[in-house]
Amino acid sequence: MFDSKYIIIGLIIFVLIVTIPISYNLFALNKCEVGVPELEILPKAGDKCVKSREYMRPFHMDLLNQWRDDVVRRGDRFTTGPDGKLIEKSLSNTCMDCHSNKENFCDRCHNYASVSPYCWDCHIAPTEIRDTDLAIHVEREEDN
Amino acid sequence: MSSEKELKAENLLKIKHTPTHRDWKDPSIDFEAKRGNWCYSGVVKSLKYLDLPRPETKWAPTDEDWQLPENWQEIILDGLRQRLERFRTLRVFMDICVRCGACADKCHFFIGSGDPKNMPVLRAELLRSIYRKEYTLAGKLMGKMVGARELTLPVLKEWFYYFYQCTECRRCSVYCPYGIDTAEITMIVRELMAEVGISIDWIATPISNCFRTGNHLGIQPHGFVDSIEFAADDLKEIINMDVEVPINKKGAEILFITPSADYFGEPHYFTLLGYMMLFKEIGLDYTFSTYASEGGNFGLFHSHDMIKRLNAKTYAEAKRLGVKWILGGECGHMWRVYHQYMCTMQGEQGNLEMPKSPITGTVFENAASTKMVHIAEFTADLIKNGKIKLDPSRNDHWTPTYHDSCNPSRAMGLLDEPRYILENCCNNFAEMPENTIREHTFCCGSGAGLGTDENLEMRLRGGLPRGSAVRYVRDENNVNILLCMCAIDKATLPALCDFWAPPVQVGGVHEMVGNALIMTGEEERKTDLRGEPYAAKEESEDV
Amino acid sequence: MTLWYSLILVVILTLVGLFGSQVNGLQPLFGIVLPYIALVTFIIGIIMKVLKWAKSPVPFRIPTTCGQAKSLPWIKNDNLESPSNTISVIGRMILEILFFRSLFRNTRMEIKEGSKVVYASTKFLWMAGMAFHYTFLVILLRHFRFFVDPTPQFVIWIQNLDGFFQVGLPIFYLTDMVFLAAVSYLLLRRLADSKIRYISLAGDYFPLLLLLAIGTTGFLMRHFTKVDLIGVKELTVGLLSLQPVIPDGIGSLFFLHLFLVSCLLAYFPFSKLMHMAGVFLSPTRNLANNNRMKQHVNPWNYDVKLHPYEEYEDEFREVMRGAGLPLDRDPEEEKK
Repeated sequence: MFDSKYIIIGLIIFVLIVTIPISYNLFALNKCEVGVPELEILPKAGDKCVKSREYMRPFHMDLLNQWRDDVVRRGDRFTTGPDGKLIEKSLSNTCMDCHSNKENFCDRCHNYASVSPYCWDCHIAPTEIRDTDLAIHVEREEDN
Repeated sequence: MSSEKELKAENLLKIKHTPTHRDWKDPSIDFEAKRGNWCYSGVVKSLKYLDLPRPETKWAPTDEDWQLPENWQEIILDGLRQRLERFRTLRVFMDICVRCGACADKCHFFIGSGDPKNMPVLRAELLRSIYRKEYTLAGKLMGKMVGARELTLPVLKEWFYYFYQCTECRRCSVYCPYGIDTAEITMIVRELMAEVGISIDWIATPISNCFRTGNHLGIQPHGFVDSIEFAADDLKEIINMDVEVPINKKGAEILFITPSADYFGEPHYFTLLGYMMLFKEIGLDYTFSTYASEGGNFGLFHSHDMIKRLNAKTYAEAKRLGVKWILGGECGHMWRVYHQYMCTMQGEQGNLEMPKSPITGTVFENAASTKMVHIAEFTADLIKNGKIKLDPSRNDHWTPTYHDSCNPSRAMGLLDEPRYILENCCNNFAEMPENTIREHTFCCGSGAGLGTDENLEMRLRGGLPRGSAVRYVRDENNVNILLCMCAIDKATLPALCDFWAPPVQVGGVHEMVGNALIMTGEEERKTDLRGEPYAAKEESEDV
Repeated sequence: MTLWYSLILVVILTLVGLFGSQVNGLQPLFGIVLPYIALVTFIIGIIMKVLKWAKSPVPFRIPTTCGQAKSLPWIKNDNLESPSNTISVIGRMILEILFFRSLFRNTRMEIKEGSKVVYASTKFLWMAGMAFHYTFLVILLRHFRFFVDPTPQFVIWIQNLDGFFQVGLPIFYLTDMVFLAAVSYLLLRRLADSKIRYISLAGDYFPLLLLLAIGTTGFLMRHFTKVDLIGVKELTVGLLSLQPVIPDGIGSLFFLHLFLVSCLLAYFPFSKLMHMAGVFLSPTRNLANNNRMKQHVNPWNYDVKLHPYEEYEDEFREVMRGAGLPLDRDPEEEKK
């Protein structure tokens, strides 16, 4: 007894499973979204970032984590930038001063690499402040 | 010298389960020092009768030269290739073992001897190392580094030693995450060895006898008739009734086949008496056969060809006698063959009918294709339907425990039928610890053709786990008889119990049935089937 | 000895991987060519091996029965341990493949007080085996965030669950810890238990060491020597959409990780790792115990020499007549 039928079905299932990533990519559900995210060109170009691009790409989360600990746990709020200026250790005030658009700057890569940082559990992205504020404001007015 | 070493429990119990010595790939074995752990080679007469290769070569395991044919390596490697093409089991088992070691301490021979090559994984590696050398690129290139070995004479001798230290009990395969069955590997290696003239006498001679006379003991037709008549006379003394036993009776409804030891050995004999009483009581229309006077099949321990050669008689005789179906007695490996091999080897038999109990009308649908029913199934059905009357107090002088034989438990799944029968026949039944019964059961250590005297040390070692469990219930529950359903068990467990758990006796399930059976028109019986007086009611209390 | 062979081999592979990732110009080899060769070897190798197994028939139905067979209707059949039909066999196989049923039975034997053989249940091997295989699966599934674009939702769920405790940044995954712990246990067990050490071959240590190396490089990459994830994903998605590219500036650790994974894939079909496919094909588990109900056909069932009744009667006719046994052919009767 060979059971060839079952073995061949089994092998086909095996190949299908192993090649899921390839078939998924080739017939991707959203072909248009495929591609490496392009980063936003900054409006305030020319200002220097606190660290180099090579450092920031892989290590920005470490820096932000360090800053959070410094500020929240030790009250150490300031550091010196590469050009000697005093810098506030703040995601909203310092980073997002230049990288002002969360969607274009943070989310593009995070979404691409499926990273869901919990920064925004506490922090509120600049644009969102305006929208929600406005909404609350309108609601209150209506209540009155 | 070493042959004189005393077989004392305290000597055998110096067991170390922590291998520390040389690499396992070294095959050398000192046969002289290991006397008591191997079996004698096949005798000329038997090998010749079976047309086995090179029957004339007289060699002993202790010899330097085993007088192999010039091209013995070629013969074995060709045979291995052929079997890889024939058995998917072998192919898969050679490739997928991960050596997790779950099987290591499951083998009764490893438990009793501490010899690391008795770990089932290593037993298989003895063949796997040759397979690697021949069939894998890594094995060809890197040799020992990846566990590959050349097939040399010492390796063949090592095969002989260790593959005749496996009882094909399949306990390891219960625990193996991939179901690797060492019995399958052992069967195939023994087959390969037989091709270059390496067989053992305790297997070759019973096969040759069985092929010629119909049973392992070589009993000729008239001898068979004598034994059965003798048993009927014996029985008459106990139950005071005439019991007629039909032999070679054409047109009987059922052909009854049981191991030949049942009519020639003790304590098997008492089980035979039990059958005879039962069949008389229910008025069964059956017949024994002289041509098929053996249920056992030592071919299983030799080669697939031999299984088929011996097994063919069962159906042939059923056809010749014109019976409707076949009933099989208590045996272990006999049932491995009947359950797992017979119908595949011999094909479905159009002349036989679907087995149906003439007493209860029960149709044995689980035997729809093979047309052969196990006596435990048959009797359990009788009891369930109230067709026989039993008085369990007639077994009160026994406190039995039940030893599941390897093959009925792990190759058949026959576990609850015998227990049901015993519950109805005995009042004092007690089970052994759960890791030693049912599918976890331990071999007697003498199965698969190893139950010979020259192999006694290894048999006692292999019997340690079973012996230890028996001693446990002897001490805890006052067990005084170990019941079993296998002719080899009945032949070898007495020695084992004497050694590890005296004075526990050994008996069969249908011996208890016979004792308890209330026969129509019976007179009061004074003794049980062994001639032992029944326990009087008041006496049984204070023992 | 076998341990050292394996260790040296893994060290050599690591050095080769490091070398390949450092040298400019070799990146297409280590980032594209070798992964493709490995993947093709993995798939074709497994198919070939399974087909080779499949070419040999299963001549006999030899299930290992681990429970009560189906017999009389009033005797309860243990259909997961002694299955009598295909559905029960599937049930048994699911238990075996997904839950390592047989390994769960494992016991440890000891001889106490000189002669008492006792058995204790031991689940460590089962636990480590389950932990290893399942965390490996979860880690593989989590890697889908690098394999495909856009990332499927289930990957995000797994990530959130796996990083539930939000320890560290990037968050430590529970499965990473358990995986490394389980592989280490399996390795240490091989070394600590003299029986297992005795049976272990290079082929047993090598995959464990390789997996440890793969796990460690992955762990380092996530938490210490970071790499540019966007570049990594660009490369892997490129590979897996058959449009390979080598982006600039990915850290060298990634190429090492990828190289070691390629080694594992290519090694797989030629090793004991084939138990992945073999567990489906083991005849002692995947056959129903319905031997006496349904005939099993052996395709090479050749004829053997028999001893038919006629020959038997010819040899024993006189003694049979003497014992009063019926004869099929009686020459004396024929003479009359």
